[in-house]
Amino acid sequence: MSLLQVKNLGINFGGLKAVDDFSVNIEKGTLYGLIGPNGAGKTTVFNLLTGVYKPSTGTFRLDGELLNGKKPMEINRMGIARTFQNIRLFSNMSVIDNVKVGLHNHQTYSVFDGVFRTPKYYREEKSMNDEAVELLKVFDLENEKNNLAFNLPYGKQRKLEIARALATKPKLLLLDEPAAGMNPNETEELMSTIRFVRDNFDMTILLIEHDMRLVGGICEEVTVLNFGTELAKGKTSEVLNDPRVITAYLGE
Amino acid sequence: MEKFKSFLIRKKKPVIFSVLGIAVFIICNALISSGTLGRQGAGLLVPICINIMLAVSLNLIVGFLGELSLGHAGFMSVGAYAGCLFTIHFDLPVYIEFPLALIIGGLVAAIFGVIIGLPALRLNGDYLAIVTLAFGEIIRSIINSLEFTGGAGGLKGINKFSNFSVAYIAAMLTIIVIVNLVHSRHGRAITAIRDNIISAEAMGINVVFYKLISFVMAAFFAGAAGVLYGHHLAILKPGTFDFNKSIEILVIVVLGGMGNITGSIIAAIIITILPEVLRDLSDYRMLIYSIALIVMMLSSSSPKLAELRSKIKGRLRPSTGKEVA
Repeated sequence: MSLLQVKNLGINFGGLKAVDDFSVNIEKGTLYGLIGPNGAGKTTVFNLLTGVYKPSTGTFRLDGELLNGKKPMEINRMGIARTFQNIRLFSNMSVIDNVKVGLHNHQTYSVFDGVFRTPKYYREEKSMNDEAVELLKVFDLENEKNNLAFNLPYGKQRKLEIARALATKPKLLLLDEPAAGMNPNETEELMSTIRFVRDNFDMTILLIEHDMRLVGGICEEVTVLNFGTELAKGKTSEVLNDPRVITAYLGE
Repeated sequence: MEKFKSFLIRKKKPVIFSVLGIAVFIICNALISSGTLGRQGAGLLVPICINIMLAVSLNLIVGFLGELSLGHAGFMSVGAYAGCLFTIHFDLPVYIEFPLALIIGGLVAAIFGVIIGLPALRLNGDYLAIVTLAFGEIIRSIINSLEFTGGAGGLKGINKFSNFSVAYIAAMLTIIVIVNLVHSRHGRAITAIRDNIISAEAMGINVVFYKLISFVMAAFFAGAAGVLYGHHLAILKPGTFDFNKSIEILVIVVLGGMGNITGSIIAAIIITILPEVLRDLSDYRMLIYSIALIVMMLSSSSPKLAELRSKIKGRLRPSTGKEVA
């Protein structure tokens, strides 16, 4: 059974069908790409999958569990985490605290434990801290851990967003244009990071990207969206050479 | 001895805090009993503690949750009336009755915290500010028109239970609870909501729960502060809990720095003492407040002054300074 099963997902804004009849099955451990020209509805798909929008039609399941209609908070707890196209870090919190917010739901101490600093508080805070540092090491951010997030350079902010999403221990990771605004070297580094995350965290990743080098380099399968509908789907190399896809991007 | 030493190193901050807290308490008590402070000075200590409680609790909403609340005096008045009515109508030994009154005042205010916290889930920014403002005014006019609260004439016959020791302990408890909350996973969730509510939700933070708990906690301590206030003055008048009172608390929070508890404490002390020191200039009090606010706003947003501050900080703490560079 596929990890993510999306069936005929669609949403209307007024009369506009932003996404229509979107279906996809993603196997566990796949790196899946979602591409398409600007305004094709890629981020809308992400917003549907994370509960920001409620779908007008269709369903989606993670590990067989029906998720549509659930709130963003619940969907995250069920195992879908995301990053944002326009970075949304907790900018006035330290780098490590950003990751700790991601770890929030994996600690159990109550408000009472926190306020009166019971032994449980100290125990869980310590393991939380260790876990956060471990995660920051993966992304080469451990030297920045006490800096405020907004002081980080752009590339590191993107990495921190991925680290924070991973901290919620998802089954499926959604990356919204992770390489936006990066230079070729940074993109190269990001590609190896994404591969590393997939292999070492045993992660399934769905990503939106405009950088075809990145998509061609790491995605095993892609779906191309155009005007809210699926234009092509399949193995990356085949889809990227499909004349219809080239037309959609470059015109006749 | 070795064990004790390692304990000191491990828990440096709490140890320093408690030593400092006890030292301040002893010094203040010595100053009162030796009469150095004079009657006027000693009379200011309880209001200082009350203002610290109000400012620190409001800071949880304004500074950490990031919502503007203009109804803090409303919470204070609800708690004050509940606590004072309790001590008037019940006759228990003081050492049971007064702490119980503080808790009752806090709890009743906390219930109102839930009531006002519920719209806060749907509103934010300016709209929430208006709702909280209206809440404060509604509470005031209801108290004004009720029989058992004494109406506009005020609630009289309250025992003067408040003294420096009780107020000090209450203020300390407020600070400890809020500081500990802020430094726990729950506090981080609250701060995350302030910084970016959309990604906080996407990280699985229960926004509803944390907004409510912030309002409930802030209201609890404001209510307890109100009980202290009532038993300090021995009379409660609805007029004292007007919009100006809410603004005064907000001014303390803004002056001390939003999200800065130490700042709130220092600002609360200054704002309480200032009107007494400037008694001759009492006509200009509001003018001085507003000038102080404008100066604070300018100094915290001016890049040159920010640079100067970070330089001073770097010099005071060279190790952290290097890390940043």
